[in-house]
Amino acid sequence: MRRSAVALGRVAPAVLLAVALLAAWQAVVVVGKVPAFLLPSPTAIGGELVALWPTISGAIGVTGRNALVGLVLGAVLGIGSAVLAGLVRAVDGLVAPVVAGLAVVPVVALAPVLYTMFGAGSELARQLVAAVAVLVPVHVNTRRGLRQVRQVHRDLMRAYAAAPGQVTRTVTVPAALPFVFTGLRLASSLAVISAIVAEYFGGPRSGIGSFITTAAAGSNYARAWAFVLGGVVVGLVFYGVALAVEQLVRRRSGPATA
Amino acid sequence: MSAPATVPGPVVAHGAAVAVEVHGVSRVFGRDGTAVAALQDVSLTVGAGEFVSLIGPSGCGKSTLLRLVADLDRPTAGSITVFGRSAEQARLAHDYGIAFQQAGLLPWRTVRANVELPLALHGVGRAGRRARADHLLELVGLADFAGHFPDQLSGGMQQRVAIARAIAEEPSLLLMDEPFGALDEMTRERLQVELVRVCAQTRAAVVFVTHSIPEAVFLSDRVVVMSPRPGRITSVVDVGLGAARGDGLREDAAYFDAVRRVREALHGGSDVPSRGVETR
Ligand SMILES: Nc1ncnc2c1ncn2[C@@H]1O[C@H](COP(=O)(O)OP(=O)(O)O)[C@@H](O)[C@H]1O
Ligand SMILES: [Mg+2]
Repeated sequence: MRRSAVALGRVAPAVLLAVALLAAWQAVVVVGKVPAFLLPSPTAIGGELVALWPTISGAIGVTGRNALVGLVLGAVLGIGSAVLAGLVRAVDGLVAPVVAGLAVVPVVALAPVLYTMFGAGSELARQLVAAVAVLVPVHVNTRRGLRQVRQVHRDLMRAYAAAPGQVTRTVTVPAALPFVFTGLRLASSLAVISAIVAEYFGGPRSGIGSFITTAAAGSNYARAWAFVLGGVVVGLVFYGVALAVEQLVRRRSGPATA
Repeated sequence: MSAPATVPGPVVAHGAAVAVEVHGVSRVFGRDGTAVAALQDVSLTVGAGEFVSLIGPSGCGKSTLLRLVADLDRPTAGSITVFGRSAEQARLAHDYGIAFQQAGLLPWRTVRANVELPLALHGVGRAGRRARADHLLELVGLADFAGHFPDQLSGGMQQRVAIARAIAEEPSLLLMDEPFGALDEMTRERLQVELVRVCAQTRAAVVFVTHSIPEAVFLSDRVVVMSPRPGRITSVVDVGLGAARGDGLREDAAYFDAVRRVREALHGGSDVPSRGVETR
């Protein structure tokens, strides 16, 4: 009882603020007669959200899937290349400039090229854009994580005459994990953003981004905003899950100083 | 070279095995222009079961000497044998246990898993590891903390875990680099008594680096006094307070006499007092 009352006390101000803001928004739009293309009212957006829920939830599914495929693919490539670069000096020299290049190229700019490569009906281009966007922060953070082994632990492993595989399992990977998951958390938001923005440049009319462009092009602003809300849902789910996993890993691996 | 109070050479019973033999060892860091002679022509013999402290101002090469014995570093000149084999062979044969000034526990492992670490790396089975860890944690008074993580323990408790880990494989040689250096005086004295008790049980030879004269005297059979630039051994003080060390010893006249002899040996080499050494 008491605990739920405390939780309520913590959440209540935020809820109240949100309600107040929505009410103010509604009032401004209605009283000020703000045209819909400038700012639709919350009730108009809510109405579209309810009426179009089957379409919106379907679009959430498509965009979420693209972002997830991109996240997994980019994570595998990012972690794999970082591990290889850490092991083989020649690979490091090869990978470092490529990652640096990818970091400065606006990845969604690739989307139109990829659509022509893989055909306008394919989701693959969007997944690849998300994967490339994910690769960079995951690679960079994994590389940094793999360098975190403390000198005293390195000495200890040498004193124990531990085999290279044992050193990897005992100190290298556990020290790197929190960094890898920080990279994944950063990448999870990038995956969603890239998947949505890639849809702005063409491809099948299936995901959140493509419906936003269609609605906006058709002057259906409340509908466009309803799809934007759908995109917010995808982003929040990805970020929330990644954050929870990261904190779980951090708790298990303890503070870096102990 | 030798102060009046010095008894040079090893005090080892005839026929007893030698744990560590350091012969004419030098270690130079860096290249010609900026070379630092951390150790120069150091020779030292540590008998089996003997407790030897290395003392001297910071920068005199104590850690360097210990790391050479542990084969964590290689000498520029000279030779080191541990139980009759090279330092590298001894390391590969797990001949020694080691503890540093930082406890160096793995923060993602429980206290028990940290103590079990060397056993696990060297292929001891699960049941054997567990039994041994229980026994060791009992020995250092941390049986109730087996399931805790290192960051839940105080500095002194972490250091006790590190000592339990160092003696986990019952090594015949313990190498310790200022293991109590970061602890407060009271914790330090308690752990000194514990270490004496543990060493009496395991009969290990110990090479113990410290910059505290009372600590060196309380723990050691012999105290090796070093001086910096270049790092070398200036004298060896035979403490010989016997095996039965307790807190009462700290009030003993023989103890004070040994403290005085080590202090004189430390300061005897130069006209100015050595800096960086606690003479409390
Ligand atoms: N890895 C290293 N590289 C360069 N110089 C070092 C290194 N390790 C120690 N030294 C130098 O060697 C000397 C002795 O160091 P150390 O053995 O750590 O002294 P102590 O443990 O007695 O304080 C110091 O001058 C130190 O700067
Ligand atoms: Mg040192």
